[in-house]
Amino acid sequence: MYMFKYVLKRLGLMLMTFAVIMLVCFTLIKLLPIVVNAGAGEDANITWLKLEARGYVCNFRYDEAGNIIGADRVPIMTQLFYYLKNIFLYGDFGMGVSLPEYRNQPVWDVFAEKLPPTVLINIYSTIIGVPIGLGLGIIAALKKNTWIDQLINIIIILLISLPSIVLALIIQYYFCYKLDWFPLMMDSGFAYFNWSMFKSMLPAVFALCLGSIAGYARYTRAELSEVLTSEFMLLARTKGLTRGQATFRHAMRNSMVVIFPSILSEFIAVLSGSLVIEKMFSIPGVGRLYLDSINAQDYDFFMLLSGFYCLVGLLAGIVVDISYGFIDPRIRMGAK
Amino acid sequence: MEAKTYENIPKEKFQFAKKGDLSHDTKLDTKPVSYFHDAFRRFCKNKGAVVAAIIIIFLILFALIAPFCTEYTVKYYDSQFTTTAPKCKLFANTSFWDGCVEEETDYIYFIEKYAIGKETGHLVVKNNKYEITDEGLYKYRKDTYYSVGFGNYKTITESEYKSIQKYQNETGRQVLYPTVRLKERPSVPFDRNANIYYKVKGNKTEPALDKDGELVLNYWTTTAGAGRYDDGYDSLRIEGDDGFTDENGKQTFYVYGRVVSGGYEVRAEYYEYYIYQHVVQEKDGITEPYFLFGTTAGGKDIFTCLASGARFSFLFAIAVAAVNMFVGAIYGAVSGYYGGKIDLIMERISDILNAVPFIIVITLLKLNMGSASNILILFIAFFLTGWIGMASTTRMQFYRYKNQEYVLAARTLGASDKRLMFKHIFPNALGTLVTSCALVIPSMIYSEVNLSYLGIINLEAGSITSVGTLITAGQSCLSSAPFVALFPSIFLALLMLSFNLFGNGLRDAFNPSLRGSEG
Repeated sequence: MYMFKYVLKRLGLMLMTFAVIMLVCFTLIKLLPIVVNAGAGEDANITWLKLEARGYVCNFRYDEAGNIIGADRVPIMTQLFYYLKNIFLYGDFGMGVSLPEYRNQPVWDVFAEKLPPTVLINIYSTIIGVPIGLGLGIIAALKKNTWIDQLINIIIILLISLPSIVLALIIQYYFCYKLDWFPLMMDSGFAYFNWSMFKSMLPAVFALCLGSIAGYARYTRAELSEVLTSEFMLLARTKGLTRGQATFRHAMRNSMVVIFPSILSEFIAVLSGSLVIEKMFSIPGVGRLYLDSINAQDYDFFMLLSGFYCLVGLLAGIVVDISYGFIDPRIRMGAK
Repeated sequence: MEAKTYENIPKEKFQFAKKGDLSHDTKLDTKPVSYFHDAFRRFCKNKGAVVAAIIIIFLILFALIAPFCTEYTVKYYDSQFTTTAPKCKLFANTSFWDGCVEEETDYIYFIEKYAIGKETGHLVVKNNKYEITDEGLYKYRKDTYYSVGFGNYKTITESEYKSIQKYQNETGRQVLYPTVRLKERPSVPFDRNANIYYKVKGNKTEPALDKDGELVLNYWTTTAGAGRYDDGYDSLRIEGDDGFTDENGKQTFYVYGRVVSGGYEVRAEYYEYYIYQHVVQEKDGITEPYFLFGTTAGGKDIFTCLASGARFSFLFAIAVAAVNMFVGAIYGAVSGYYGGKIDLIMERISDILNAVPFIIVITLLKLNMGSASNILILFIAFFLTGWIGMASTTRMQFYRYKNQEYVLAARTLGASDKRLMFKHIFPNALGTLVTSCALVIPSMIYSEVNLSYLGIINLEAGSITSVGTLITAGQSCLSSAPFVALFPSIFLALLMLSFNLFGNGLRDAFNPSLRGSEG
C-alpha cells in the first residue's frame, strides 16, 4: 500500500511539472505571430478558417481580392481552453499549418506515422547495446586491474568522451562511404521489417548504441566489482560453489538490481537524444519532424513534440527511482 | 571589612599558579597543508588527468595564439580555393598532409590536369606519377592547390593588364599565359574553360598530341610584321616564345591578351594570379595560398576559423560558467542554509526548470527572440538551465556542513547569517563547484556543436565562427572532401576527452574521502 502511494505521489509530481512546463510552452508559443504558408494551388483561406474553427483566431482581415491576410488572436487562456478541450474530448492535437508536406493534416496522425523509425532505431540500439555493454562490464569486473580491464576502460572513456556527432561522422564516412557497406541514408517507405530497411538503419543504430554501450559497461563494472568483494560472495565460495556459479547466481543478480533500471531509463532517455543522429542519417523520424516544425514555425507540431520530449525526459527520470522502490524497498528516492 | 567595588580585577590580584616560565604551545615544525594544496598534490598523482590538463592548455594556447600566426582572417574566403586539402610544408615530399588528394578519373579529366602541370610547371599530378587501373581509369595524387589551373577565361581592365605585366617583370613570376584563338576553342558550354589540352576538329575536341605522345598546346600566334601584334603585351614570355620563325619564315609570337570590350581577356594561372592579387591589390599579407588545415566548401581557411571558433567557444563557456556559478552558488546557499519552507519552494522551482529539455528552451527562445543575436540567445539558454546544477551542488554541501560544530561555534560568537554562509560554509563547496565548472565547459561547447549542426542556432556572422559551424560544413561535403571535417572533429574529440579526464581527476582530488586510498 505504501508503495502504491509512493508511485502515485511521484507520478502526481511529475504530471504537475509536466503541466507547468507545457503551460509556459503554450503561452510562449501563442505570443508568436502565426505563419500560414499556402503552396501553389492551395488556398490559404482554408487554413485560416480551420484555425478559426479551432478557436485560435477571430476577426479576419481581407485584401482586395477577398483573401484572408491576417486575423486577431483570441486571448491565450481561451485558446488553451479550446486546445485542451480538443485534446481531451476528441483526441485532436491540432493540425499542420505551415509545413508544406503536412498542411491541414492532423498533427497526431503525422506524429504516429513518424514514431516507428525513431522507436525502432532505439529498440535495435538497445538490443545491440545491452549485451555488448554488459559483457564488457562483466569481463572488466572479473579481470579487474589486468590489462583486459585497462583496455576496456580505455574503450569506455573513448566512447563516452568522443562526441556522438564525431562518432557518427566516422561511421558515416567509413562504413557508408568508403567501404560502402550501408546506404548513406535510410530507405524511404513504411515497410520497416525487411532486410534492406534494417540494413539502412544500421549505421544510425551503431552511432546511437556506442554511447550506451560505454554507459552500460561502466555501470556494470562499477556495480559488479563492488558486489564481488562482498562477504556473501566469500560465503558462496566456501559453501562450495564454483567461481562461475557464485558470480552468476549471486553477484550478477545483486548487481542487476541497480543495472536494470538504468537500462530502462537509458532506453527512454535515448528517445530524445537522437536528434543529431536522426538528422545525420536522414531518419524520417520524430526528430526530423521536430526540427522541421521549428524552422517552419508550425506550432501545433511544436507543442505536441515538445510535450513528447518533455514527457520522455521526465519518465526517464522517475522510472529509475520507482523501480528502485520496487526492487529494493530500502531505497525510496524523494520519500521522507 | 571594607567593601570595594572594582570595574576590573586589578592586575596585582592575579598570581601565577606555577612559578617559573610561562608555558607556551610548541610551534609546529611542519608546514600546514591547505585544502587546495592537498587537492593539487593528489591531482598530480593522477597521470591521466595531468596529461589531459596539458592537452587542455595546449588547446587553449592554440585558440589564443593561432589567429595571430596566420594572415588569413575569419572573414576571408576565396571562390576558387574551395575544399583545398590540408598542406604542411614539412610533409611536402611525402604523400601525407601534402595538399593532395587521391584521384581516380577518366582520361580527359586526367589530361586536362596533366596539361596544367606541363604548361606551368605546377604539377597538378604530383611528381607526374600516375597509374592506369584495370578499368582504364587514371589514378594519381592531385595537388588541390595547382588543380584550379586557369579556371575560366578572365576579362580584366587595361590598367590591371598593365599592372600584372609590371608585377611579372618585377618578380619574374609568370601569371599570364598565351591565349587561344576564339575559333580554336571548343563549342559552348566548354568555351569558357581556359585549361587547354585539346585541338578542335570539326565539332569534336580531342587531346592534341604529337607523334611521341607529348602534348602540343595550340596557342594563338601572330607574326611580327602583320600589324596584328597589338595585344599590348610587353613582359615575360613563356619558354619557346622567343620570336621563333614559323614555316613561312616570319618571326612569330604568342598572343597573351585578346582585346574585348572593357579590357583584355586573358588566360591567367589562378595560383599565380591569387598571389598577385593579394600581394599587389589587396596587400593583406598573404603571400601564397597555404592552408594548414585546408579550406571549406565556402573557401574559408579552416585553421583560422577553427582557432577563432575555439577562442570564442572557450570565452563564451567560461563566461557562462562564471555567471552560472555565481547565481547557482547564491541560490543553492540560500536554499540549503535556511531549509524548510524556503528550500521546498526553491527546490520546486529549480525542479521544474530542470525538467525542461534544453532543446525546447533554446527553440522557444529562438522563436521568441528571432531578431536578437544568436550569441545572446545561446547565453540565456545556457544560463536558464545551467545554474541549477551548480545550485544543487551548493545546496548539498550546505546541508552537509550547516549543522557541524564549527558552524554552531561561529554562530555562538555572533556571526551573521551572511558571514556563516559565505565565510564558513561556502568554501567547503568550492572544490565541487570548480569541478562542475570544469565539466560544464566541454558540455557547453558540445551543445553548441549539436545546435549548430541541427540548424537551430547559427553563430557564423561577421568575424565570429564556431566549431559547430565548421563540423556542419564538413559533414555536408563528407563524401567529396572528408578532410574538411577532420581537424574540427579532432579538435572537438580531444577537447571532450581531455576535459572529461581532467574533470574526473579534479573531482577525485577535491574529494577528501578518497584521501590515502590511492596509495
